[in-house]
Amino acid sequence: MPKPNDNQLQMIFEDMVIARTQAGRLWNLQRQGQIGTIAPIDGHEATIVGAVHALETESDWVLPQYREPLGLRRYGPEILDAFMLYNLGHPLGGHIPDPIKVVPSQISLAASIPHAVGLAWGMSLKNDPGAVLVFFGDGASSEGDFYEAGNLAGVLKAPVIFLCVNNQWAISTPTSLQTAADSFASKSSAFGIPGVQVDGNDPSLVFEAVSEARERAVNGKGPTLIESTVYRLGAHTTADDPTRYVPSEELSAAKKRDPLLSLQKELKKRNLWSDEKQNEVEKYALERMDEALEKAKNTPLQPSSVLDHCFETETLRLSKQRKYLLESLGGAHE
Amino acid sequence: MSDKSSELSMLEAINETLHSEMARDERIVILGEDVGRNGGVFRATEGLIEKFGENRVVDTPISEAAIAGSSVGLAMAGLVPVAEIQFLGFSYQAMHQIAGQIARLRYRTQSRFEPQITIRAPFGGGVRTPELHSDSLEAQFANIPGLKIALPASASDAKGLLTSAIRDPDPVLFLEPLRGYRGIRDMVPDGEHIVPLGKANLVKEGTDVVIISWSYQVELCRRVADSFEKEGVSVAVLDLRTLVPLDTEAINEIVTKCGRAVVVQEAPETGGFASEIIATINDECFWSLESPVVRISGFDVPYPVGMLETFYVPDEERIRAAVLKSIEKD
Repeated sequence: MPKPNDNQLQMIFEDMVIARTQAGRLWNLQRQGQIGTIAPIDGHEATIVGAVHALETESDWVLPQYREPLGLRRYGPEILDAFMLYNLGHPLGGHIPDPIKVVPSQISLAASIPHAVGLAWGMSLKNDPGAVLVFFGDGASSEGDFYEAGNLAGVLKAPVIFLCVNNQWAISTPTSLQTAADSFASKSSAFGIPGVQVDGNDPSLVFEAVSEARERAVNGKGPTLIESTVYRLGAHTTADDPTRYVPSEELSAAKKRDPLLSLQKELKKRNLWSDEKQNEVEKYALERMDEALEKAKNTPLQPSSVLDHCFETETLRLSKQRKYLLESLGGAHE
Repeated sequence: MSDKSSELSMLEAINETLHSEMARDERIVILGEDVGRNGGVFRATEGLIEKFGENRVVDTPISEAAIAGSSVGLAMAGLVPVAEIQFLGFSYQAMHQIAGQIARLRYRTQSRFEPQITIRAPFGGGVRTPELHSDSLEAQFANIPGLKIALPASASDAKGLLTSAIRDPDPVLFLEPLRGYRGIRDMVPDGEHIVPLGKANLVKEGTDVVIISWSYQVELCRRVADSFEKEGVSVAVLDLRTLVPLDTEAINEIVTKCGRAVVVQEAPETGGFASEIIATINDECFWSLESPVVRISGFDVPYPVGMLETFYVPDEERIRAAVLKSIEKD
């Protein structure tokens, strides 16, 4: 199966650097009180970016959980723009515009897995080309939705790729308390579909595994479960203190396997990357984030939009509630 | 609309509507447990797989969450899922997908994705089913913003409301009374027949007191109202047809006219939708009341086993007593 070529590998690394750099900025923005809770991407970049680069953005859908958005740059600048609105708590943060084939982050663990199966199933019923990739974590694999959706996908041979990002922690719960199975990939046997394990710190291997799964999907051979093993290098979210439960020696060891370090070393050795390039990309990443934040902050918001988009046509009840809201605001917010 | 009509049971009306809607719109996909080869455990989907094929009529694994959850994805793909939950009591296994995902999809994506999804489910008591087959859970769903709830009380309305539900761009929970499937028969217009969601039906005119209800209980209320007619008491019956959207205007109008009201539901009393109706009367037309609104409901216990069922489900006798209580002079 295809490994990424040099050009693709450079683009993958560029996206990984951008994601890591922007994640650092996001953390600070949260600490400054400028944005809400975020889940850092640190340590997951190779898996997320490597996977996304193996897809066809024109035809393939991505259903992220909540740690992924910074790694989805390949699908267009609108992803970051929507993500910054989302981080501010603006309702348009949930609106990634057509025709971008990315759905908004999913907070309910594993809930988007059946959505992915339905979407893939619907695409095959309509003879639409492409596949669907859904991200979820090791913890989410314990939810019923994972089993129900995996089973249904197996029966329907839906063109879907289940990407389980095993970062070893579900907030504070280690994988040893999450499952007694040999691996998360082995759960595929219950669905009658292939399960593969990859080193999620190597984007080439993730790219390869996703390419192969995609190939199966679009050729009518059905779903694949991929377990991509990484290590969560940061906190679960900005609201979490991992020093309470992550053994420091384990974290130190994981930091030595930081996916950005090893790939940077390799690319530099092969003259595909340089310190200048690194600086240039980091600078771009921050400027781009500032731009997206500014844009988000300047996006107008009417208080009455709290009542919009519940139904296509407003019910009598909602109209009454809208009238009440506008009156209570003194009519200044029509 | 056609001038002709035929006498059908509610089950036949539902089956006929599924046939005609699937023929009209090729985006419609039926999914659920035993809906294909078996034609549904009540035969509501009979004949569909033969006519429309197994790509459009799909027997799923026994996975309520995946039935509801994959409907989200089907809708995202541009299809129109009409899902069946075999009994409403098993919707608990799908609650996180119905409440947490389907009903929020439009809101959380600011209408990028339209959840044109219908979920059909039989519910309600009176036919001595095993556990969890008879529960009236409508109030639990009414508390979920973004979800519409339709509950027909006649075969004609079953056709008209199901047609509207399937065509509605928002998710609709369509609840079919077990007792009504074969127990309710009436004249159903041939051809296209649409009953809009959010328009209550004044089943019977009256001036002294109005009974407000929905689904199978409407039939009992109508019988009680007829019996009072002979005694010179004019009892109106309002069938809400849909709980969301709620026809507050129709409630206001008839309660204002009668000045007395009884609300009947089969579900447990506490937190039931009858309470919502009484609160609505309070908001809309409290000063037109001549006596307190009377509420009749099931008891605050889990739906009981067969031998106790008759002591649980409101019957004509209880509804009759409620009407007398409402009109009694002190």
